Amino acid sequence: MGLIYALNGLYFAAFLFLTSLGLSIILGVMGILNLAHGSLYAIGGFVAAYFIGMMTGSPAVLMLVTAAAAAMVLAGAVGLVMETTLLKPMYKRPLEYQLLITFGILMLIEDLIKLVFGGESRYASAPFDAMGSIEITGHTYPVYFLFVMGITALAGLFIWWLMAKTKLGIMLRAIEMDRDMAQAMGIPMRRLTVVAFVLGAALAGLGGALVVPTTPAVLGMGMDVLIMAFIVVVIGGLGSLKGTLVGSLLVGLTRSFTVAFYAELEMPLLFMIAVLILVVKPEGLFGQK
Amino acid sequence: MTNYLFSSRALGYLLALIVLLLLPQVLSPYHLTLVETGLSLAIMALGLNLLLRYAGVLSFGHGAYFAAGAYAVGLLNMYFPDNFSFELAMLASLGVSALVSALFGFVCVRHTRIFFSILTLALAMLMFAILEKAYHFTGGSDGIRIPLPTFFGIELTGMRRFQFLVGPYYYIVVGIFAAATLVMLAVVNSPFGKALQATRDNEVRAEMVGIRVKRFRWYAFVISGTFCGLSGGVWSFVNGHITPEISGWVFSGEIVYMVLLGGFMIFEGPIVGAMLFTYLRLYAVAWTEYWMLIVGGTLVLLVLLLPGGVTGGIAGLAARLRPGRGGGRG
Repeated sequence: MGLIYALNGLYFAAFLFLTSLGLSIILGVMGILNLAHGSLYAIGGFVAAYFIGMMTGSPAVLMLVTAAAAAMVLAGAVGLVMETTLLKPMYKRPLEYQLLITFGILMLIEDLIKLVFGGESRYASAPFDAMGSIEITGHTYPVYFLFVMGITALAGLFIWWLMAKTKLGIMLRAIEMDRDMAQAMGIPMRRLTVVAFVLGAALAGLGGALVVPTTPAVLGMGMDVLIMAFIVVVIGGLGSLKGTLVGSLLVGLTRSFTVAFYAELEMPLLFMIAVLILVVKPEGLFGQK
Repeated sequence: MTNYLFSSRALGYLLALIVLLLLPQVLSPYHLTLVETGLSLAIMALGLNLLLRYAGVLSFGHGAYFAAGAYAVGLLNMYFPDNFSFELAMLASLGVSALVSALFGFVCVRHTRIFFSILTLALAMLMFAILEKAYHFTGGSDGIRIPLPTFFGIELTGMRRFQFLVGPYYYIVVGIFAAATLVMLAVVNSPFGKALQATRDNEVRAEMVGIRVKRFRWYAFVISGTFCGLSGGVWSFVNGHITPEISGWVFSGEIVYMVLLGGFMIFEGPIVGAMLFTYLRLYAVAWTEYWMLIVGGTLVLLVLLLPGGVTGGIAGLAARLRPGRGGGRG
């Protein structure tokens, strides 16, 4: 049974990793805590649910790939519009305006989703059902969870490659370390900020797309996820890939085991961990000051 | 100049108080309860602005102290229903919120900028999680109902809730609000208030001239949190029901919204903001299912076009119309 809890924890960590990664990249590169990140995730969820609904009868993997691609494109597009119109004037403004404008955007997106997709929950469990389940040490375990872990591993590797090996990634990390110096060195800040934001938004969309086969897309689904992603980023450290991974694993496993043994403790315990880390090391376990 | 400003401010306050006291003669009972809500939230907005404007740190988790004050009232009623008096409830609000903000603040004041905001947010969510999950003790997500209290031994049996709210309680709220405003005015104009602004402008320099930066920021945090607690206590009777949501980050964000809507560079700005926000939100909810579009859109426009808030905009306009006379900033 312990193995199943651990696997559940891993699945949850995988899906958290995808969503938190975007939040972490945006916070690292732009220094903005994007409160609307959960709403980009919700856009991903609704778009994916819509496409999965349209494609009933197709093979599960095809449905998922189409839905995930559409979700990423749409969330990325909304991110692009949001960054270039509303966030661009904010970089030189004080913190309170940066936080509040993303708070306003969150409300806007929540209602725009309601306008476009209606207020009802959207079920899209077809891929989950089609993939069936396998036996692991005498317990049945859904194949879909393993699939999500696989996709996450791929996405994580891709981001690692992008950040560590490509020129784009090196420039993004330079901005994270020292904005002024990066600008002085002639790094195209404006273009890279847009790239980072769209990348973060697309990752949120992917996270949302992968969750709808297990839980329906509902209004407000982004709110809870934002808070979980927030804990992950706080634990792992602002803008650190390694930190986001460790933070996701810690939150995922803690959650899976507390839910199994004493569910009431889940959220208080997670926030307690986050607060403790903030107090001792406010830049997070792997973050730089 | 200072004298002129001060006397014109005193005159303005007197006028505002008279208007507030006359409102029950002209406003419908429904609008009177809205004004009551606005006034009780204004106490909290003033509290948040002590940190934002004078200490230079943004709390995104002040809902926690509002909740501390409101739940002090709720729990008092739940566990000591026989002694549920208004004066005891207010004392509990002040005491509990001072205690919670002293504890949370002690941790938060070590940091500034985004770290301060993130830490306050996380602590508010911790409070939310505890209030929601410890349902045997706090009523969980159902919250707690707040009945009518007694006043210094006077029983209100037979009086209906609504009568109470538009009758005696209105004047009590106005009284508490006026007292809180004057206390806050005294705080920001005291030597402590000036020292606080020095820590905001240059932490190192303030430390050099002998200001204990963290200690002073902590005092400001506790004062700010206690104002929120008082606000929560007063508001809990108006609302009649409290739930853990008031400790969540969305409500904490709305507090910041109020302060910026009114304008945080002017002392009275947050009061105006709390009133406007109460009306804006209520009318948006009543008018359309898509109220978040209106409230969020207003916020986005405000941040983009009117960063000084409503009072800042008016002061700017007045300064432009009357060149030679400085705007009354303080």
